Amino acid sequence: MVYLTRLEHFNAAHKLFNPAWSREKNEAVFGVCANENWHGHNYELFVTIKGHPDPDTGFLYDVKKLSVIIKEHVIDKLDHKNLNMDVDFMAGQLCSTENLAIGIWKQLEPHLPEQVKLHCIKLYETSRIYVEYFGE
Amino acid sequence: MNHKVAVFRKEHFNAAHRLHNPAWSEEKNNAEFGLCNNEHYHGHNYELVVKLVGVPDPATGYVMNLKDLSEIIREEVHTRFDHKNLNLDAVEFANLNPTAENIAVVIYQLLRKRIPEHLELTVRLYETKRNFVEYPA
Repeated sequence: MVYLTRLEHFNAAHKLFNPAWSREKNEAVFGVCANENWHGHNYELFVTIKGHPDPDTGFLYDVKKLSVIIKEHVIDKLDHKNLNMDVDFMAGQLCSTENLAIGIWKQLEPHLPEQVKLHCIKLYETSRIYVEYFGE
Repeated sequence: MNHKVAVFRKEHFNAAHRLHNPAWSEEKNNAEFGLCNNEHYHGHNYELVVKLVGVPDPATGYVMNLKDLSEIIREEVHTRFDHKNLNLDAVEFANLNPTAENIAVVIYQLLRKRIPEHLELTVRLYETKRNFVEYPA
């Protein structure tokens, strides 16, 4: 089994805000991240797939094709966008890094060929904060 | 010992912004600023590097106490811009496009009045890992 990772990045605005709560409770739970006029991040996305190298090519998967799938189904929807307002697959969800990683997994998995398994979505919100999702 | 030395302090803040000229049509804004003109904003992790040049104080050995510099940056920069929308929340950009260039000049002006006059000040601002500006040039 070989693991292959493609690194992409996107810049986006968001806020952490639960519309079912009062402004006071949102500020108590989410602090400065609840700022009503948004803030933003440079996100770094690591997409890891796993499988066995093709005997004819030596490739697990053509990483250029993987990049095109990520760009079409994830980056084009997120880059220079407002995660709360502009992104169809995050509608109605809290735009935490955790939920965004799960959403990215769901965006990518249906578009990978059968012999390739998605292994991990690792998403950095800042250089000090990241989450990993393994589809469990 | 009478040698000039440069000292640096790195800080960071996260903010939303958009690049938009209200005097222009939407078409012209999109042509000039592209994705950065998104009406619902986008955002960055800004990395700020503040450089001071001077002769170390013979009594302390410091060009400046970097703990004091850190506190000045926190007061002047973080309280204004961290986890804020630069267009909507910062009076400095009410009528100024918040490009990295303009943010760097604003930060320089905010810090300059708090840094001892005999020290040279330079501000370097990273908007992304690949895009950064420096002022004064």
